[in-house]
Amino acid sequence: MKHGTRREKRLRNRIIATAVLALLIILATTFAGILAPNDPYATSASSIRMAPGAQYPFGTDNLGRCVFSRVLYGGRTTIAATFLLVFISFLIGTVIGMLCGYYGGILDTVLMRLADIMLAFPQMVVAIAVAGILNAGMTGAMVALGITMWVSFARLARSHTFSIKNEAYIQAAFFAGKSDFYIIMVHIFPNLLAPVLTNALTQIGTTMIGLSGLSFLGLGVVPPKAEWGSMISEGRAYIQIAPWAVLFPALATIITIIIFNYLGDAVMDYMEV
Amino acid sequence: MIKKAIVKIVSLISILIVLSFFVFALLYLAPGDPAEKRLTSQGVAVTKEVLDAERERLGLLKPFLVRYGEWLVRVIRGDFGVSFKDDMPVAPKLYAGLKNTTILAMTSLLLSLAISFWLSILSAIRKNGIADNIIRLFSFIGNSLPNFLISVLLMYFLCIKIKLFPVIAKGNVQGLFMPVMSLSIPMTCRFIRQMRTEFLTQMKADYVVGMWGRGVKGRYIVINILRNSIGHIFTIIALQIGTLMGGSVVIETIFRWPGIGKLVMDSITARDYPVIMGFVIIMGTIYVVINQLSDILSHCMDPRTNL
Repeated sequence: MKHGTRREKRLRNRIIATAVLALLIILATTFAGILAPNDPYATSASSIRMAPGAQYPFGTDNLGRCVFSRVLYGGRTTIAATFLLVFISFLIGTVIGMLCGYYGGILDTVLMRLADIMLAFPQMVVAIAVAGILNAGMTGAMVALGITMWVSFARLARSHTFSIKNEAYIQAAFFAGKSDFYIIMVHIFPNLLAPVLTNALTQIGTTMIGLSGLSFLGLGVVPPKAEWGSMISEGRAYIQIAPWAVLFPALATIITIIIFNYLGDAVMDYMEV
Repeated sequence: MIKKAIVKIVSLISILIVLSFFVFALLYLAPGDPAEKRLTSQGVAVTKEVLDAERERLGLLKPFLVRYGEWLVRVIRGDFGVSFKDDMPVAPKLYAGLKNTTILAMTSLLLSLAISFWLSILSAIRKNGIADNIIRLFSFIGNSLPNFLISVLLMYFLCIKIKLFPVIAKGNVQGLFMPVMSLSIPMTCRFIRQMRTEFLTQMKADYVVGMWGRGVKGRYIVINILRNSIGHIFTIIALQIGTLMGGSVVIETIFRWPGIGKLVMDSITARDYPVIMGFVIIMGTIYVVINQLSDILSHCMDPRTNL
């Protein structure tokens, strides 16, 4: 790594620059409580649908709520839910994948068959139906998307475990009398972390699109909780009078997804070099 | 080949059985039992006597697996039960919606293919040129846009700012334009990205290098590249069908296109479970069948790919 080629260096700079932007977005939404100028849930009859100005940088919506504050708080909902969902899928998928790859046999056959069947379903169709029937707000939406999300992690972890399993150091650890749990945690897990984490990174953008799409349909967050998808859905009704109530959350969604997708692509390119 | 095709069909049937079981179980995952749901969605006051009578009538007192079997037999015959909302059979509603959705989805798919095909060839041939960079930038951005956002933005700029189209779609060609655009933009961008990668992989292959070396004309090389990547392109298209189905639910709801997606969203709001179950069964079956068919088809086109 010390003597990286020019292409590697350029890619690394790209990753660092995008990661800083991504971090800024995460920080801005995490500290929404400090940064937001107004209470995102405080309605006010005297300031309905006000154009962007000094007091309300992004204007106000139909109930006189500050759009800027709602965008910040809404980002927290979207980003936190996305990260939580990706993390849980990562955890479940990786554990299943490592167990299947390490032990093989009937466990492997059954779980991988299940994974194949999960992949055979149209993800969004299943997610809409499950979220609609569960009717459990954001948790329901997360469960609905999570049903099919763990599969890619499981397959990736499994195939890497397969190739790592036959390395000499695993044999050595086995003959040194280490337990299976020790071998998986100390020798296998760290070696497959890089590709699986890369996969997690590329899933963030898609997950965000999925979650905000479900919220837009009214299958995600329960109003009045701020979330970008549901803000756009609410603001759509009066877009002619107050376009800022739609355009600012839309802009926030676009920028965030583009940054995370770009980061995922860049890291993927870097891993391939 | 025939043996492999039989294996394919057996796996298709087993996937469909798991799907149907999953859908049937969904109803029982939801809070409350079906009799209660049915009564509340019809606005009947739920008392214990009414509830018991309804349970008896719906056959809910039988064991779970028996009910699943009976339901599955009816579904295979094309009977998706009666709606909780108005006691009308669900199947005709679903088929009517499916027809409209197919019009919308096929138009979007063909438009996306027509655009992305040429752009991805151009982008792959002129790799790292100006055209390639522009195409890549736009396809990257388009790929990152959720389709509900595209439709809202299109509505704002085309309908409200320059008043080119009516906001609510009518069932004619003009009404088709906006929903098709909203579905096509992200799909075109995904197609371009995937096809470009496929063409670039082919261009690195030895046979292309050899043809260049022999001084074969560019257009003959392109024809050879296309012939060799057609198998993968089928797979790329088949995988997008699922995204298209999910997207059409969102787009139909926004533009009030009377398709199956709008029907299912209305049914979710009304807690009309038989319609939701029928929707998943129909969409799931179409998706699974298309994907298995595309595997067989791409194997016929390109026998090197595994079935």
